Amino acid sequence: MAGRSRGMSWGRRLTIAVPYAWLAVFFLLPFIIVLKISFSEPVIAQPPFAPQWDSLSAAWAHITNPVLENYTFLFSDPLYVNSYLNSLQIAGISTLLTLLVGYPMAYGMARCSPTWRAILLTLVILPFWTSFLIRVYAWIGILKTEGLLNLVLLSIGVISEPLEVHLTPTAVYIGIVYSYLPFMVLPLYASLEKLDGSLLEAAADLGARPLTVFWRVVLPLSLPGMAAGCFLVFIPAVGEFVIPELLGGASTQMIGRTLWSEFFQNRDWPVASAVAVLLVLVLVVPIVIFQKIARRGGTG
Amino acid sequence: MRRGPGPTLAAMMVVGFVFLYLPIVILVLYSFNESKLVTVWGGWSLKWYGELFQNDALLNAARISILVAVTSSTLAAVLGVMAGITLARVPRFLGRTLFSGMVLAPLVMPDVIIGLSLLLTFISLSLDRGFLTIVIAHATFSMCYVAVVVQARLAGFDRSVEEAAQDLGARPATVFWRVTLPMIAPGVISGWLLSFTLSFDDLVIASFVSGPGSTTLPIKIFSSVRLGVTPEINAIATILIGLVAFGTLAWSISLKRALARGGD
Repeated sequence: MAGRSRGMSWGRRLTIAVPYAWLAVFFLLPFIIVLKISFSEPVIAQPPFAPQWDSLSAAWAHITNPVLENYTFLFSDPLYVNSYLNSLQIAGISTLLTLLVGYPMAYGMARCSPTWRAILLTLVILPFWTSFLIRVYAWIGILKTEGLLNLVLLSIGVISEPLEVHLTPTAVYIGIVYSYLPFMVLPLYASLEKLDGSLLEAAADLGARPLTVFWRVVLPLSLPGMAAGCFLVFIPAVGEFVIPELLGGASTQMIGRTLWSEFFQNRDWPVASAVAVLLVLVLVVPIVIFQKIARRGGTG
Repeated sequence: MRRGPGPTLAAMMVVGFVFLYLPIVILVLYSFNESKLVTVWGGWSLKWYGELFQNDALLNAARISILVAVTSSTLAAVLGVMAGITLARVPRFLGRTLFSGMVLAPLVMPDVIIGLSLLLTFISLSLDRGFLTIVIAHATFSMCYVAVVVQARLAGFDRSVEEAAQDLGARPATVFWRVTLPMIAPGVISGWLLSFTLSFDDLVIASFVSGPGSTTLPIKIFSSVRLGVTPEINAIATILIGLVAFGTLAWSISLKRALARGGD
């Protein structure tokens, strides 16, 4: 650009500085504050933690002498360790299930005529625009003991006792797969749509059976889309709050719920902050990988 | 890839789409149910819609949600356009890696973390919790979506058009209003709509940063859902789904018309 040799124009500087400053104050600074509070001790006061950074020397004294009790507490109480492991397990299994449901949909869409592609694409995106909370709520009426699923299954005689699905991990799996399915289908479709048809024909001409073509050609070429979709489902699912709260019972303790109750019920800000810091640490590796994929344009 | 899906694949697709839509259809159907019980069909009725319009607390929450969504998505559109242009058009500046990281991270960051960290920040800055804090919180994560959409749109356009305008003597501001903005306009509009939806739908972040007088619609819905399924919630859900379906339909028809006219 012509401006580069003369240094940046004022307009350009402002275009960089305004969003940069906004994100620094409302995205980066909040993390630093959470980090700081996670190394503070709870006190009965307003705000309910100490020490306060009211002077530079107080801040320095705190940094050099942080309170580690919140973290040792998290590791000593199995409740917290279990809810981290539980979240990772539930998110992992749900991601695989979403892939199993989403892949045939995306692959089928990519093989349709352009008119059908446009219609089906709109149908995949449409639920994304409707309220997440309401879509999760819709499953309560279906899954609860006196709900529609049991009503139908009992009346056609498949089961003789109502199934207990609502308030179990199964309901949480269903809720996550249902809510995040568009996030899986869209990047998969984007990578499958770009697939060169002549490659498939070449494989078929050389004598590969359709299933072999799929395993040896289609699947490997759609790996970037698969990876993008899996991360888009896995990362938010680990920290999910609404789905386990509404569909899972007391037994499905996920870390988002733990953080929520630590903050709103126990009002222990330092422990809630420590839970948040550890959750970010758990998610850092998948987030960095996801950003690498996103930058390479894997999300389409 | 134009051979059409085979029968097995087609069947799997049908199952997938039924799974995606059946719960919504059931939800809408039961909003017209006379009976209060979900499993009993008591005949068609509009009585839950009638009750909905008498529920002042719910209507007030809806009003607040609309106000928050309009304000925050407009703010997010402005900030997001700036961030998107920066990412697409400025290859090198101090802290670019940090900047692009800050734009992408909120897209996948769990809501509970964004909510908690922003609340603690507002308290540290002694900002009173209420309308303003919800708007700031929503604008912060929405601007990242706008930025990504705008960046993607700009990446598809050659820089030479902007450079030509500049070489012909247009000032940077003129280049922006007359060349860049028209190019990214569809992206800005869909970014604004996306921001509106995300804001209107957000429960977790708003629960952290809202104050006593600023209960949004999702917070209100959530507190009544916790007490059980009620047809009134089905009714409000149906209205929301209807609005979205209508909006999407209008959008795609206007897009088709624009395409038929030979526009973009």
